[in-house]
Amino acid sequence: MHMRDYDLLEGDGPRAIAHGLVTEGWYRTPIPRAQMKALMQRADQPAIRDTLLLFGLMIAFAAAAVALMPSWWSAPFWLAYGVLYGSAMDSRWHECGHGTAFKTRWMNKFVYQIACFCMLRDPSCWKFSHARHHSDTVIVGRDPEVAIMRPVVALKVASNLVGVPDVVDGLRRLVAHASGRILPDEATYVEPVFHATVIRTARVWLAVYVAAIALAVATRSWIPVLLIGLPRLYGCWHMVICGWLQHGGLADNVLDHRLNSRTVYMNPVSRFIYWNMNYHVEHHMFPLVPYYRLPALHELCRADFPAPSGSMGEALAEMLPVLWRQRTNPDFHLRRPLPPTANPYQDGPEPSPAA
Amino acid sequence: MAQWIDACATDDIEAEDVIRFDHGPRTFIIVRDHADSYYCTDGLCTHENIHLSEGLVVEATIECPKHSSIFDCRTGEVETPPACENLHTYRTKVENGRVLVEV
Repeated sequence: MHMRDYDLLEGDGPRAIAHGLVTEGWYRTPIPRAQMKALMQRADQPAIRDTLLLFGLMIAFAAAAVALMPSWWSAPFWLAYGVLYGSAMDSRWHECGHGTAFKTRWMNKFVYQIACFCMLRDPSCWKFSHARHHSDTVIVGRDPEVAIMRPVVALKVASNLVGVPDVVDGLRRLVAHASGRILPDEATYVEPVFHATVIRTARVWLAVYVAAIALAVATRSWIPVLLIGLPRLYGCWHMVICGWLQHGGLADNVLDHRLNSRTVYMNPVSRFIYWNMNYHVEHHMFPLVPYYRLPALHELCRADFPAPSGSMGEALAEMLPVLWRQRTNPDFHLRRPLPPTANPYQDGPEPSPAA
Repeated sequence: MAQWIDACATDDIEAEDVIRFDHGPRTFIIVRDHADSYYCTDGLCTHENIHLSEGLVVEATIECPKHSSIFDCRTGEVETPPACENLHTYRTKVENGRVLVEV
């Protein structure tokens, strides 16, 4: 049994390098340049439509919730607002961080800043963190965004449904940044030229959170913190479940996104909240393709990919028993069959034997 | 000493597109912008060694296919992180339907 150390400073990073796992040589499905060029094209219209809808719904749900306070009838509206704040903002952070959602660059940057605030993720640190996640996806000791570490600690994983570990970590980093410190693990992937920006951002955010808490205390009302901050806890469950499904129960330390990522068909509401990141193998293989072109990319890749999960329920039913076994056997993972038309899996730097 | 090298035909590259050009041990990209101007830069992103020839050209910029760093192909200047270093650029000229680069 191989014990894993995910620490970016003293963990399995050197081992991954020694095994040739830190490389640009990831498997990619061959797609003609003309088709790929068409798939990478940006457009403002889909993201403007979705963003207006998202912000409009957030305002409407928040207004209804505030109007109905302190009645329990406000609860469903808070829950709906919370999911848009604590989950939909995760996918906006993601897509706008890639710069793929909008064609117009300032629109990506504007929504990215708002989403980062909602998700308690420093814009600069998480830009670099996510770049590393794409370079070294689920490579132990290199990837700073592994959602489920092995051996699986069930309570820790489950507690993230209400955001506890993430928010504790986010606050720890926020306070450190506001006090002028960049944490050692962040220093491994954030360029020094951005450190001053990180510190300045943290001070502004901290001031906003303190103001919201002060207002709540002064008015003896939960409303300010139910609007700002707490939705990251009570509304993140959808984001967390989708995040588990991205890589949970699949291989680590491989160089083929078909082995370590999962594509899941989802209902339209979840796809709106998640901005089509359910096409996750496709996204990792071709990160420049905007979310609204991922279904078309999916069709092009089907013959080379394992079959997608038919629904969130089906994917959870596949994944959760594997996570349960990974509590005691961290090497155990799923290896899904490829269709006969697919190229063989690429487990490591050397070509894998045919499946 | 720099010399002019025949890299490709002008119509080997569509408008707003890019091709890879290898010369000896070095790799470059040749970019054709929206106004049919041609540029040559180093072929690998300065953030990590990703071939930019798989990236997206918009007007006279090239976007890295892996991490979305954007560079101005006219100057090599990096416009968006995670890349923080500019690309080297090389002079180009068009003669008789061929793109020549000074490398």
